[in-house]
Amino acid sequence: MKWFSLIILGAFLALVVYAGGDLPALGDPESPSHVHVSPSYIEGSIPETRTPNIVTAVLADYRGYDTLGETLVIVTAGLAVLLILPRGALRRIR
Amino acid sequence: MRRRYENPIVEGVSRVMVPLIQLFGLYVIAHGHYGPGGGFQGGVILAASMMLLRLSLGEEQEHRRFSPRAAAALSAVGMLVFAATGLLSLVEGKEFLNYAGLPLGELSGAEARYLGILMVEIGIGLAVWGTLVMLFDHLLGGEAK
Repeated sequence: MKWFSLIILGAFLALVVYAGGDLPALGDPESPSHVHVSPSYIEGSIPETRTPNIVTAVLADYRGYDTLGETLVIVTAGLAVLLILPRGALRRIR
Repeated sequence: MRRRYENPIVEGVSRVMVPLIQLFGLYVIAHGHYGPGGGFQGGVILAASMMLLRLSLGEEQEHRRFSPRAAAALSAVGMLVFAATGLLSLVEGKEFLNYAGLPLGELSGAEARYLGILMVEIGIGLAVWGTLVMLFDHLLGGEAK
């Protein structure tokens, strides 16, 4: 069983090394992730939103839906603590 | 109940530092458009100032000033500010969260989006602030009341 796991892991390692050769170089401006929507964010940030900080423009405007979900996750986590561990619950367990 | 930390140095320093920390938190929220910052970071700084007060001046006094119940309400209000900004964008027939549709009168689309980002950041800040104070109160809080 141990040898079987090692063979599987070795096969995955070989696959990763083989596939890694095809990855674009770090910071390559022609890589697929940099030619899809990034140029329009970089060019549009100031004329479309008047926001010099592109990160903020992407976070709150272009990807606003994502940020809405993130905030909801944080509030939900807080509410879950409120429901499961209300004040003093930890002390009562001890 | 976490009691007052009876030490004049701790008390004095936290009394002096807390307004500065809170001012810096507001600055970080408002500065998100021009540099590092935004709602998440600013909300965390505001929550940290309240945690410092709870640790140094004691919960008895600080809960009268800002109760755990108020923290829960604050996180919900922040979430509502965010969602309401999205819903207000629908008024002029634009998509959900497309701030160009905010009913802000004469402002152009880009300026409306600038203000929309600010409103959303404030909502995030309130939500994070309330949630972290709530987590602090309920995880580190003392006896149930």
